[in-house]
Amino acid sequence: MNGAGRQALCALAVAATLTSCDGIQSMTGGDGFHGQQFIGLFALFMGVTGLFYVAVALFLAVSLLRVYRAPQDRRTDPGRPGPGRAERGLMRALLGWTGLILVGLSVLTIGSYLADRNSARAAAAPAKLKITITAHQWWWEVEYQDPSPFNIFRTANELHLPRGIPVDITLRSDDVIHSFWAPNLAGKQDLIPGRSGEIRSIASHDGLYRAECAEFCGVQHAHMALDVTVQSPVEFTAWTDSRRAPAAAPESSLAAAGQDYFMKRECAACHSISGTSARGSIGPDLTHFAGRRSIAAGTYPMTRGHLYGWVADPQSAKPGNRMPVLALNAAELHALVAYLETLR
Amino acid sequence: MVILLLTGLGACDRERREFRGRPLAETAPASIPTTDFAAAGGAVFQPDPRAGQYHISQGQRLYSNFNCVGCHAYGGGNIGPALMDENWIYGGRIEQIVATLAQGRPNGMPSWQGVLTEQQMWQIAAYVRSLSGNVPKDARSSRGDTISNIEPPTLKDKQPVRPVRAETDR
Repeated sequence: MNGAGRQALCALAVAATLTSCDGIQSMTGGDGFHGQQFIGLFALFMGVTGLFYVAVALFLAVSLLRVYRAPQDRRTDPGRPGPGRAERGLMRALLGWTGLILVGLSVLTIGSYLADRNSARAAAAPAKLKITITAHQWWWEVEYQDPSPFNIFRTANELHLPRGIPVDITLRSDDVIHSFWAPNLAGKQDLIPGRSGEIRSIASHDGLYRAECAEFCGVQHAHMALDVTVQSPVEFTAWTDSRRAPAAAPESSLAAAGQDYFMKRECAACHSISGTSARGSIGPDLTHFAGRRSIAAGTYPMTRGHLYGWVADPQSAKPGNRMPVLALNAAELHALVAYLETLR
Repeated sequence: MVILLLTGLGACDRERREFRGRPLAETAPASIPTTDFAAAGGAVFQPDPRAGQYHISQGQRLYSNFNCVGCHAYGGGNIGPALMDENWIYGGRIEQIVATLAQGRPNGMPSWQGVLTEQQMWQIAAYVRSLSGNVPKDARSSRGDTISNIEPPTLKDKQPVRPVRAETDR
């Protein structure tokens, strides 16, 4: 391969890594309070240690230049007592180096102390909102807690957070070890069956982000994502109010037929829809299913076509997932999709 | 060396997973006799290939998901009959168990037809058979896919029952 070809290949490789920088899933986005602290600290460390590298390189360059220009300087003058010129220079350099280390380390120590204290203070502030996230193979159950049991509601595969408000998220697992990772907002924490973990999150910027499972948990580990929406507190309150409402009764006869199938047949054995007789607790809650951004834990976007594909044959859409293939005929499939689309 | 590698392929079937199953063609049997006494020498029963390792573990999950535990406990029985002994009221072959699941039985066993898919009923039946040791040992996992606090049934030694002699008798 010639030089130009190699360069083109390198450019392509660099461009390929840049495609992961579109921001919805990025550790360097700094969209959460704790992330900002650590990104600031990281920049400080890079700056100070970079300065050291530059100082070392300058020193070596100057020394080499001197040796090359005046080799006789290296000898001490036999006529004069005390250290020679070269040794005095070395001493000055060592003194300067020591000073640089002292100042640099002090800056790094103070910087990390401040970042640590800021994070600790943010973590100690009382949480205004408590959320329980339960991981299942292979989807996320999200329950918004409230002092009043009437206000508790449950959703799946979507997490809405109010901007600037400290949120405590309790992490549980239903089957195997999973790991919750919203790179834009906070760190990573495992969800371990039989235990509960806590993670504090303070979102700083409005936006749509993607969290995912970061611990291999079975065949569909790669398709276990959580859509995160950060919005203003006012929008967030409006969203929670709309999610607490039970599902509206279907208006069209097709959707009513779908609801009939849903309640009487396999669907209701696993899924629940508030306001109806569907009370299954094995699969995701579908009360406001069509209002979500994606199907099957971030596997497909929420479109009519993907919905048809999913209901008709979930085992081809996401092989190995817990939803069985139903022997639906065309009329039942149309009706079910029409009903699911009313669940906004 | 090649022969050694080829023999290794024999283990492939144990972990084979049929996610889609064969639910569309098979139908839950409607008129399966519930006894093993076939008139005029019935067909010899063949072990069902569907009772593979993956299906047994899925059946184990469904067994607790759909609250079979509520009546049958973990095989020991309580409201419903025990499933880990050799007594089968309505037959212990896999298709007989599927028929029991699909049709329901008197005194409380509900019908699961239309609520469970047929593949799920076959999986639960495979697990139920494994409770009494009726599946090949290599098909039955020694542990469940989910965390459990009971001793795995396959690890229990089958000790003959013998009278316990008190220490003071010596």
